[in-house]
Parts: sequence; C-alpha cells; structure tokens
Amino acid sequence: MSPKTSIWEKYTPYILIAPALVYLVFFIGYPMIQAFILAFTKHGAFTYENIDYLLSSPFSKFREALLYTTVLAAVIIPIQVAVALGLSLLFNIRFWGRSTAIYTIILPLTISDVAAGLIWYTMLSTNGFLNKLLINIGLLSQPIYFFGKQYMTMEFIAIVLTEIWRATAIVFVIVFAGLQMISHEYIEAAEVFGASVWQRFRYVIFPLLKPSLQAALIIRTLFAFQIFGVVWILAGRDIPVLAGEAYYEQVELYHTGVAALYALIIAGISLTLGFVYLKLFRARYLEEAR
Amino acid sequence: MSQPSSSVTMYYLRKIVVAGLIIIAVVWIATPFVISILYAFSSTEDYYNFRLVIPLTYTFEHVKALIDLGAGEYIMNSIIVALMTIGISFLLGLPAGYAFAKYVFPGKDPLKLFIVGLRMFPILVIAVPLVTLYIKLGLNDTLLGVALAHTAMALPFVVLITSSIFAGIPKDIEEAGLIFGLSRVGVFFRITLPMALPGLAAAAIFTFIMSWNEVFIASVLTFQHRTLPAFILTAAQASPDTIKFAAGFIMILPAMIFVFIARKYLIAMWGITLR
Amino acid sequence: MVDVHLRNIVKKFGKTIAVNNITLDINDGEFIVLLGPSGCGKTTTLRVIAGLEKPDQGRVLFGDRDVTLLPPRHRNVSMVFQSYAVWPHMKVYDNIAFPLKIKHMPKNEIDKRVRWAAELLQISELLDRYPHQLSGGQRQRVAVARAIVVEPDVLLMDEPLSNLDALLRVKMRSELKKLQRRIKVTTIYVTHDQVEAMTMGDRIAVMNAGKLMQIGTPEDIYLKPANVFVAGFVGTPQMNFFEATIKEIKNVTLLDAGDFKIDLGSKFVDILKDYVNKTVIVGIRPEHMVPKELMPPSLKDVAFIKGIIDFVEALGSDTIIHVNTGSMILVVKISGSHRYQLGQNVSIAIDLDKIHVFRKDTQNAII
Repeated sequence: MSPKTSIWEKYTPYILIAPALVYLVFFIGYPMIQAFILAFTKHGAFTYENIDYLLSSPFSKFREALLYTTVLAAVIIPIQVAVALGLSLLFNIRFWGRSTAIYTIILPLTISDVAAGLIWYTMLSTNGFLNKLLINIGLLSQPIYFFGKQYMTMEFIAIVLTEIWRATAIVFVIVFAGLQMISHEYIEAAEVFGASVWQRFRYVIFPLLKPSLQAALIIRTLFAFQIFGVVWILAGRDIPVLAGEAYYEQVELYHTGVAALYALIIAGISLTLGFVYLKLFRARYLEEAR
Repeated sequence: MSQPSSSVTMYYLRKIVVAGLIIIAVVWIATPFVISILYAFSSTEDYYNFRLVIPLTYTFEHVKALIDLGAGEYIMNSIIVALMTIGISFLLGLPAGYAFAKYVFPGKDPLKLFIVGLRMFPILVIAVPLVTLYIKLGLNDTLLGVALAHTAMALPFVVLITSSIFAGIPKDIEEAGLIFGLSRVGVFFRITLPMALPGLAAAAIFTFIMSWNEVFIASVLTFQHRTLPAFILTAAQASPDTIKFAAGFIMILPAMIFVFIARKYLIAMWGITLR
Repeated sequence: MVDVHLRNIVKKFGKTIAVNNITLDINDGEFIVLLGPSGCGKTTTLRVIAGLEKPDQGRVLFGDRDVTLLPPRHRNVSMVFQSYAVWPHMKVYDNIAFPLKIKHMPKNEIDKRVRWAAELLQISELLDRYPHQLSGGQRQRVAVARAIVVEPDVLLMDEPLSNLDALLRVKMRSELKKLQRRIKVTTIYVTHDQVEAMTMGDRIAVMNAGKLMQIGTPEDIYLKPANVFVAGFVGTPQMNFFEATIKEIKNVTLLDAGDFKIDLGSKFVDILKDYVNKTVIVGIRPEHMVPKELMPPSLKDVAFIKGIIDFVEALGSDTIIHVNTGSMILVVKISGSHRYQLGQNVSIAIDLDKIHVFRKDTQNAII
C-alpha cells in the first residue's frame, strides 16, 4: 500500500465527519454565544437590564412561569414514568395484536405538541367529547369548563392530561426497549425458583431496568422544561411557562434580550438537572458494585 | 387427582385483568385521535348539539375554510422546509454516519458522545439568537432559514441513525465487493447504499415529521412565511372550535400516513435516538 | 422426590404442533433423557413440565397432584437453562441463595445450604464474584448449584452442556450424573447429543416431530431400536440402511438387496412370513460388520458381502471404511488401526445377530 493511500485512509473519517460537526458547532455554538450577548449586553456594554425586567417588571411573568413550569414537571414526570413502566411490563407479555397495540400507543410521538393541544381541546371543550359523553349518560347535568381565565385549575388539569397522553410514549419507548433487552430466561428462572410476580419485578426486572429508567428520566425532565405548544393552545398566557414567555417576549414584545435570557435560563436549568441526575445515578452504581 | 381450582381461576383472572388494562391503554390513546378526526369533519350544527356525542352529519367545510384562510400556503411552506431539512441534514449527516459506522479512529468515542449529548440539548435556545443573525444575513422570515435551524435540530439524529443503519450492513458483504473489483467508493454506492435504502427512507420520513411538527423555532423565525404549526399557533387562538379541529386534523394527517408506512422502523429508531 | 406423569400432552404454536400427544411416565429418582433433533419438541415438553408453557391438551401430574395449570413456583421444580440464566446483577452467592430467600428461609439456614451446594459444585471460592467475572463453565456450575439448593421434587435441565467446549462437556457429564445419584432427585434432561443421552440416562425418550419414538434404557435404544428414526439417530457412524426384498426358499429366508443376498437361515421364517416378496428396510450398524480376515472366532452367525473400498477414515482408535457393493455404499467400523487401500477388494462379514429389519411403510421394526 503506497503512503498516499494510507494517509487518505487515515484522514477519511475526519473529512466525512467535518461538515456535520462544523455545522453543528456553528449553528449551536454561535447562537449560544449570541444569546449571552443579547441577554447580558446592550450596545457592547454589560447590563442587568434584562434580569431586572424579568424579576421586577410588572409585565414580566417570570416568577409564575418558573413556578408553573416546575410544578407541571413535578406532577407530570412521576405519573408518566409510572404509567410507562406499567405499560412496558404489560406489553412485555406476548399477546395477539401486540404490535398493533404498540403502534397505537406511540402514535402521539408523531404529532406536534400544538396538534396534541388541539386534539385535547376537542376532547375537553364545552361541546367536546368528554362533556357530551358524560352529560348524555347522565353523570353530569352541566358541562365541565376546562378553559378560560377563571378556570385556571381546570386548565392546569387539562394540560397535565394532555401531556401525559402525549409524552408518556417517549418514556415508554425507552423503558420498553430496555425491558426487551432483558433476556426472558432471567425472568423465567426467577419464576421457576419461586418468585411471585412482584418478586420477579423487584429482584430481577427492576434492577436490570434501572439504566433505561434513568435515561428516560433524564430525557423526559429535560424536555419537560421546554413545554410550550400544549400550554399555549390550551391556556394561552393564563398559565405562563418559561418557553411560552420566551416566545411572547420575542414575537409580541420584541424584547429580544429578555427572550434570550429566558432561553438561557431554560438551557441552564436543563443542563443543571442533567448534571445532577448523572451524578446521582453514577453514585448509586458505585455503591451497588461494591 | 386434584385440580387446585384456585389456581385455575387465578390463571384466567390474571388474563382478564391484563387484557383489560391493555384495552384501556389503547382506547385512552386512540380515542382522542378518532374523536378529533370525527369532529374536524362534523357539521357545525351537530357539533353544538349537546345530544349528539358523535356527529351524524359530516362536512368538508371546516377544512375548506381553513385552506381559504391561507392554510394551503402554509402547508406548502411546511413541506418545503421539511424537504430542505431532509436534504441538508442528510447531505451533511450521512457521510458522518458512515464514518462512525465503518471507521475506527482516535477521538471517535468523544465525538460520538458529543453528538449524542447534542440530541438532549434544548434546541429552542438557538431560536432567539438566530433571529438577530438571520436579520444580518437576510435569512429572516425565509423558509431556508427555518430549514437551516431544523437541520441543526435533526443532524444529531441523522448522524446517529445512519450510523446504526450502516453498521447493520455486514462487513463481509462490503469486503466481497472490494475483492471482486470495486473501489471503496464503488462499494458504497453499489452495495452499501442500496442495502441501506429502506432504513434511510424511514429515517428521512422521521426527519420529515420532526420538521413538520416543530413549532417554537418556526414561530420565532417567521412572520409572513409561516409554517403550518407556526400559523396555527397564532390563528387557532381566535378561531371557532370547528376550525381548531380542522387545523388539528391537517397537522396530524401526514404524520399518521407516514407512521403507517414506516411503522416497523419507528420503534427501533425512537429507541436509538433517545438512548 | 416424585414421579412425573404426562398424559396426552399437546402443545401448538400457531399452526405448528410442537408436542403431539405425548404420554410419558417418569419414575421417582430416575434420570431420564429427552433426546431428539432440533425442533422435535423436547424443550417444549420440558417447559410444559416446568410450567413455563401451558399445554393445549393433556395433563401433567406430580405423584397424584395435577399440576397442569399451576405456575412454576408452586410446583417445587428446579431448572438449569441452556443459557444458564444466572442473574448478572447479583453475586454468585445471591444467585444461589435466591430460591431460598424467596421462601423466607432463615439466614443461617440459607448460608448452610448455599455453601453445601457450592461445595458440591466446587465453586466455593467464587461465591463473592459477579457472573461476568466467571467463565462459561463456572457460570454453568452456578446454575446447577442454584437448581439443587432448594431440594426440588423435579430437576429439569435444558441442554445445559451444549454451550461448553468439548473437553469440559465430557467432564461435566460424569459430574452431573454423579451429583444426581448423590441427591437422588427425579431428573429430566433434554439434549440433542446422543452420546450425552447414552452415557447419562437411566432411560432415554427419543422424540421426533413432537412424537415419542421410543422409550427405553440405553441398551434397549441401541440394541432394539423400535423404528428407523431411533436406529438412525443413535450410534456413530450412523447405521447402514438399505432396501431389500424378502424371499423364502425352502424354509430359509433371504434378503435380496440387489447387489447381494443375505441368507438368514430358518430363524426368522415365521416372523417374516407376512413380508415375503415385499420390500423392507434393512439396518446394520457399522460396528457390527467386520472384514473377513479380521473376524473374531466367536462370531458364528454371519453372511458375507463383497465390495470395493471407496474411502478410508483412519481415526487411530478405529478405522472406518466405506465399501462400495455396486449400487450402494456400506460403512464399516473396525476397531484398531488397519491399513486399507482405495480400490481394494474386501469381503465383509455381517453379524446376523445384530441385523435389523424395518417395515418400509411405517418404519417400525420387525426384527
């Protein structure tokens, strides 16, 4: 092999990867830097202006947005993980029609959050399916009002319902894939050696599923802080969320600096949480391996 | 010869409970889809009729009204953006995917980790700063601008997915090509690529859907030349219910069609990207 | 320690009938082997006994207890899986202790039993390790230790040696058999390896395509195969089969195989009376034929066949020659090392005591 060929071989992978890498670094790195500039500088000099606005301006809904985003995440994520885990275990049994059932379960993954919001609007609006159904079978005499500023609690519930419907599939796919990777024989052996359904779960399935659960938890939490479309469609600004405020400040109020700050805060929270999770999980691994 | 009757009943009881739960889960997911499609085509009178849970008369008028509002143009915009996204992201990502699949080189693992990490990065962060950049470049409110941003979102996925697709093509088949006279490039175009085509097609479909569904970036980056989700985000607020439903239907239609076509690949791909 | 009874077990997977009406009685303390090629239904049968599969028809009885629909954990069975199924996230000690822990046994009792089992399987030093730190053979011992620690009524083994290398396999064969003799548990062992079956089983149940072909001791299976399948499945090299027509001349039976005729004398005239002028399948094992010049004096009842040597396999301990008789090739196995040339003419003596005759239609044995 001539030297010329081997040099070619050596650098080929880098040449192939370079375009994608450069693109990503540019399209993500540059805006990141730009975001800092927008958020913290004005006319070239450092400024607190945007932070001030967020924290003290009467127009700013930052505190509520932070609160609601966090509360939504805290409520939705545990429910989703539990439901996804339950579904994964159910679907681990081979039954007739299983693949069709799985395709149906993950359908929500294929639609945008705006579409999900619209769909659930169909379900929960005054003339929507749920109200009509309950009234017609006699459980209700008056429709439940889910939307409108005065029904904020109901709006909250609507958002939670929609998000669970929409995004549980994300957790499901990860956990289910992890579950499938656990050899059936491990579970069968536990069954033969006396373990009940619960014991099989506790001693064999759950320990082996932990990596998948952790991965799913991280991903779901990261996405949860970016919640936008569902809230916007169902509640507008009645229930402010971080991403929604970023959108509003940018598109309606042209406060680019503030919007950039919001975006950075979202990114900051996501990365911090991701970091915390990783630390938490790695620590447990080390403990168990001992 | 005793047959413990309790265990027999337990056995069948278990089966019923499991079946019941599965049915509930499937109905829970499927019903909103079904209902929203039905209501999108429900006649207005039937919709406001409290006695009709399921509408009896159907009409195209809501969808038509939406299209008259300009939805047709916005649908086209979404399609164009999605296609451009596929084009650019595959152009950049496919070679990278191939490199990760077929070569071993120093720095491979950190690079791969970096790209995987990007997948989890909150991509909406780039939207606001991009506006400023685009204004300078003249890309503001253009479909190309949105496509470029979507590409940044889709690239990590494309790289990872194509990498796994190419890795799935057995090395011996490619080596046979080398032995029987093809160059490395020749092997790629005449052996690897054709074998990878089904997987790549599914990946393209998935990228399409990602771009089609994306709301935040598209809303921030466009004003007049909006994509469908961006348009609906603003227009839906003020519209009557029936229009809202029609809008929902239009948004989910391509996704449902594509999912049906590519269903086998979908779970595998989601599992890989979200790993 | 129980006897196990299978009554008319049928198990289907979709359209395939994996187990087709199997009835089998296994004695208390017996080591029985389910032997057969891949796909014959032996593993499915084992899993039905374990409770991992429910039969579509039929009953499974432990003693006089009907366990057909009982889940595995209520049957007091133990199983060694083909892939061992040793849990990767638990130490060896915990793996072995698991069945006892589930039964809520007191800690010191568990410890005693685990160490006893580990001692028997010679893995006492490995108790503190994780499975990924062990070799395949060591993991297999862990699986066996775990299976015996709970003193089950029935011990099931699904091809436990097939993933071991050849030397280890031979060693483990005798170890497992000795172990079973020590703890005297009813053992059902599945394998496709006929050597394993012959060396380990008290009885062998040969299966094919979901059906039971024959049950018997290794000697029975070897010397008195009930049909062509069993005759051909057990024994290496495989039994020679050829077709022949039965002729009867003056109270003497002849097997006319075309290339040659075998004179059976008057011994089988009555048995073969119904088959005169019909075609049958004749079987003779390679080790029951010998070249004329090497015939031991004790061999009395023989017939001679002439042929030309087509191929020679010199194995050191044995010599195998392929003899072309004209229209067929017979394989002859001679003990010891002997020189033979390709193309050499030989005269082969067939031990008439060891000849088998099968019906052509049902493949069942006549002699």
